[in-house]
Amino acid sequence: MNSPVIDLAGIVKTYGIGSPVETEVLHGIDLRLAEGEFAALIGPSGSGKSTLLNLIGLLERPTGGRLSIGGRDTATLNEAEITQLRGRSIGFVFQFHHLLPAFSAMENVMMPGIIARGAADDELEATALQLLDAVGLKAHAYKKPSELSGGQQQRVAIARALALKPRLILADEPTGNLDTHTADDIFALLREFNRQTNCACLIVTHDPRLAARCDRIVRLVDGRIADDLPTEKETNP
Amino acid sequence: MKFRLPFAPLVALRFLREGRMQTLLILAGTTGGVAVIVFLTQLITQLQAQIVDRVLGSQAHVVIRPLEEANRRAIDDQGFATVIEPRAQRLRSVDQWENVARLAAGMEGVTAVSPVVTGPAFAVRGQANKSVALMGVDAERYRRIVRMEEYMVAGRFAVDGTRAVIGTELAKDLGIRLEDKLRVALPNGRDELLQVGGIFDIGNKDLNRRWIFVTLPLAQSLLDLPGGVSNLDLTVADIFEAQPVADRLRGATGLTVESWMQTNAQLLAALRNQSVSNNLIRSFVIIIVALGISSVLVVSVVQKQKEIGILRAMGASRSMILQVFLIQGALVGAVGSVLGSLLAFALLNAFSAIYRNADGTPLFAAELEPRFILMAALVATGVGLASALIPARRAARMDPVQAIRS
Ligand SMILES: Nc1ncnc2c1ncn2[C@@H]1O[C@H](COP(=O)(O)OP(=O)(O)OP(=O)(O)O)[C@@H](O)[C@H]1O
Ligand SMILES: [Mg+2]
Repeated sequence: MNSPVIDLAGIVKTYGIGSPVETEVLHGIDLRLAEGEFAALIGPSGSGKSTLLNLIGLLERPTGGRLSIGGRDTATLNEAEITQLRGRSIGFVFQFHHLLPAFSAMENVMMPGIIARGAADDELEATALQLLDAVGLKAHAYKKPSELSGGQQQRVAIARALALKPRLILADEPTGNLDTHTADDIFALLREFNRQTNCACLIVTHDPRLAARCDRIVRLVDGRIADDLPTEKETNP
Repeated sequence: MKFRLPFAPLVALRFLREGRMQTLLILAGTTGGVAVIVFLTQLITQLQAQIVDRVLGSQAHVVIRPLEEANRRAIDDQGFATVIEPRAQRLRSVDQWENVARLAAGMEGVTAVSPVVTGPAFAVRGQANKSVALMGVDAERYRRIVRMEEYMVAGRFAVDGTRAVIGTELAKDLGIRLEDKLRVALPNGRDELLQVGGIFDIGNKDLNRRWIFVTLPLAQSLLDLPGGVSNLDLTVADIFEAQPVADRLRGATGLTVESWMQTNAQLLAALRNQSVSNNLIRSFVIIIVALGISSVLVVSVVQKQKEIGILRAMGASRSMILQVFLIQGALVGAVGSVLGSLLAFALLNAFSAIYRNADGTPLFAAELEPRFILMAALVATGVGLASALIPARRAARMDPVQAIRS
């Protein structure tokens, strides 16, 4: 079998080291996620879900433990290599879409490619249009984020996360501020891309309904993994 | 294929466009600063060049004289041409002047050498009697020292036989017109009848009243200086190199050698002070503009915290973020320098229309030298870059998580 996309062993994260408010947020997390796996990360507020996601997303470095992404031990990588690994193999979807307000939907979707390649090109443009079409926003490709609805913005953000065909998609409450119907749509989109590209997905959600539709549910409580269970397969033919 | 901006300039431009009001404000500040600097520099350069031009219009850059004590005028408070004084003692010639002239002509930086015989005389016509300075010259050669042909109001600047050239004031005082006769009498008892072949106005009443140009041989015989010359006048290629040239000549010949810079030391000191204060103003304006750009960009970095975090999350490196903000600074500087130069040009036009000389001609020309525009562009872009350095580094160091969490 392939090496897992995510491989965490004994991950510890402590904030404010050396200060009087030193707090250990994660106390030794072990987690593996294989290619094609679609997992939900759930847990009460403040349990450390976002922190864990940021560590996996290489936005922060762990205080202790081993963190491998795509089979590469991140402790051996320098700042530039980390940045590159993040850009090329991880797609983020945040709770608040986090689109760049100065750029059109198209440009937002192309941005990871522009960063990776130095400038836009025909191929990036074609891919971006295709992705926007896939999320049902072809007609809105040249609008600015402020001209789109919340659900549309989040769909642009998903298209952007997929732009470079990442092996791993990390989503932090991607449906957190959307109505149920829209949330279902967004979730379905992620699920569909997961099936199409066989990428690994880790999705933080507070919605038990959505969590139940994942392959696996990882529950975090007070910085520890409380349980990590596969969901019963639904009425699959 | 379409042209597409690379990442850093693309994002920089969008950020500038997004913060419209801020961008307009720093652009206005930069434009104003550049305009002030370009305008001042152009104005002062032009006025100084005019002053120097006027001073040197009737004066040799360097003068070689025999070593003498009696008639040295250490103080010349007129600020303009050296005053030629009547002398009681016998004139002396520059020793071996032909050799000295050859040596001077061969010296680097010297473009013209003209022998001059000069001494006091009286111009007499009817009852009128004026003290003058006889100037024996080779007209061809002397033209390369003082551009006499440009000052002629009547006749030509040419001397031949007893044909002479005099100034407008003397002509008026003695009631002389072109081709009229005029007698010169010398302290030694000699005299000569001259015919006026040209009348000049050199822009200096004193000289217009005193100078009478005659041929070199005529002046030599009238002044009892057969074969000799009282001084050698030199023109140099770079007027501000006149002093070093004079020093070298003095070392080589042992004669009295004076540059215009010595003769006009006070004027030069005044010009230098003016340059110093101009530089001071320029420095302050640059500092203020730099602070303006810098502070606006610092605010912009804070405002763009979230965007910076997003870009970093999508794989943008620290150095890419650094570039985005450096380019913003450079762009503001570059665009400001273009607008500022245009504004300076408009100011120069307005001022040259308002301020005029006594004779109604503009005090200065409303032109902008390309080198000043180029200088402004380089300095402003550089200042923009430098001012962006601190904000840009702040942006590059920013923690992407902090931005995304909020
Ligand atoms: N930079 C930081 N410095 C100190 N403590 C922090 C920092 N970031 C997060 N924490 C703390 O870590 C803990 C976990 O935060 P985190 O955001 O990961 O929780 P979460 O599970 O995502 O919660 P939520 O469901 O509300 O988003 C919290 O107690 C929070 O206060
Ligand atoms: Mg969270």
